[in-house]
Amino acid sequence: MSFLAGENMTGGYGGGADILHDCTIAVEKGEIAVIVGPNGAGKSTAMKAVFGMLPLRMGRVTLDGRDITGLSPQDRVRAGMGFVPQTSNVFVNLTVEENLEMGAFIREDDIRPTMEQVFSLFPILAEKRRQPAGELSGGQRQQVAVGRALMTRPKVLMLDEPTAGVSPIVMDELFDRIIDIARTGLSILMVEQNARQALNIADKGYVLVGGRNRFTDTGEALLADPEVRRSFLGG
Amino acid sequence: MTDFLNAFVLLANFVIVPATAYGAQLALGALGVTLIYSVLRFANFAHGDTMAFGTAVAILFIWLLQAWGVSIAPLPTALLALPIGILGACALALGTDRLVYRFYRRQRSAPVVFVMVSVGVMFIYNALTRFLIGVDDRRIDDGERFLFTVAQFRAATGLEQGLALRTSQVITVVVMVIVTAAVFWFLQKTRTGKSMRAYSDNEDLALLSGINPDRVVRITWLLAAALATIAGVLYGLDKSFRPFTYFQILLPIFAAAIVGGIGQPFGAIAGGFIIAFAETAFTYAYRGFLGYVLPEGWVPPGLVQLLSTDYKFAVSFIILVIVLLVRPTGIFRGRVL
Repeated sequence: MSFLAGENMTGGYGGGADILHDCTIAVEKGEIAVIVGPNGAGKSTAMKAVFGMLPLRMGRVTLDGRDITGLSPQDRVRAGMGFVPQTSNVFVNLTVEENLEMGAFIREDDIRPTMEQVFSLFPILAEKRRQPAGELSGGQRQQVAVGRALMTRPKVLMLDEPTAGVSPIVMDELFDRIIDIARTGLSILMVEQNARQALNIADKGYVLVGGRNRFTDTGEALLADPEVRRSFLGG
Repeated sequence: MTDFLNAFVLLANFVIVPATAYGAQLALGALGVTLIYSVLRFANFAHGDTMAFGTAVAILFIWLLQAWGVSIAPLPTALLALPIGILGACALALGTDRLVYRFYRRQRSAPVVFVMVSVGVMFIYNALTRFLIGVDDRRIDDGERFLFTVAQFRAATGLEQGLALRTSQVITVVVMVIVTAAVFWFLQKTRTGKSMRAYSDNEDLALLSGINPDRVVRITWLLAAALATIAGVLYGLDKSFRPFTYFQILLPIFAAAIVGGIGQPFGAIAGGFIIAFAETAFTYAYRGFLGYVLPEGWVPPGLVQLLSTDYKFAVSFIILVIVLLVRPTGIFRGRVL
């Protein structure tokens, strides 16, 4: 059984039409799983469903063997899930350090070691710790966003298009850091527009189309699959 | 040289000192409005009447203390009664939130609905205060009235013009400095204060971070009610307490909050002083002042008063309109209403 799994998820926003149809997403401990697919395929929706932001009509979500389908997103954070939304994912008026502090709001113990870990992962943030996050560049903001989510010491980190709107160089840098994070034993589930680069670092890839699983395999195998290449990776 | 000194003393006595005290009162009021705006996201029309209610409770307690013969002379008894007034206003604010605002929060009502609700709450507070203490003008400035009077100042300096410094003016400024410093320290340094700023900044992310919205809302109401009562009692000390005046003062307070940039605590302070100085400066008769600084024969025969004091609210109103037209975010770039 996978560490985090959304199985046979079916549902849509607020009683509207279903967006996900019998969709299954899972990630193993210390591995990176990537959700790719064309626009409107339900990638972000699938991730939100796993995080409890979408009511499910059918299916269930489990974390470390425990059924968490009924938990609110806030309770899932407490259960060990970290989520980085695609947009407005930092407190722009708060300094970098305060952003990290707020990330650790639910913790009662000493958060300084975790903050040092985040700073060693993203050294630029240590330099800018007293600067409001709103004044940072796009890539640095994404680092703050990821850092904020890491502050709860989650077991799973979920990233919704972490490289949206950043330059290719910054994107490579971010992917490297994501690999570093996975090596520390965290599971990572992310949605990506840059399918080729994302599948490159993925242990597992999910290609969604119309809210359904179309292809599911290792990242390597998906990159090698001629049909996936032709339909989704531009040849 | 003495002419210029006289001119300055005259200006200090009638513009600078009173406007500073008035500015401090507006600043505290505007700080409360801006806090409510940044956390609860609506302009609270009931703020002026929260001031009136808190002050009324404080006055009842002042009377009780006076009846008991308790006094902290030379300081006014009002300072002793202030905490009770604050408790009263806090209870009122929390009760209102529970009975009224929470309902609309759960409905996820639009900000304009909240504004209208607060107008209703304003009328209810209005009536509550009148039931509690009546509509009359009350003076609460017992204790030593003056730090020094005009006559004492003249005798000490030998100048023709005199400057009086009232105890209430000094207390107002001192209390305002302490209270704003405490509020800024709270917002910048404490975990709870930071969580309030985080909630105001990005509500969804604050929820994701495990910040409890109910707690943030409660603390905001407590802070706003305390600030309102402090502003109200200081205003009552400096001038007098009349419920209707406290309803009217809402306009300069809103103007102050918006001029400074709504949602920006520092802007509220600056805005308070800007409005107070503008109101006082525009309604002051400069004839005596010009008599000292202009050569003989140049002094105009009129009062040289730009606006009658009856129109002082027009000054706030004009500033408000100009700011909303020219720079709707205010000086310190707050949010657009």
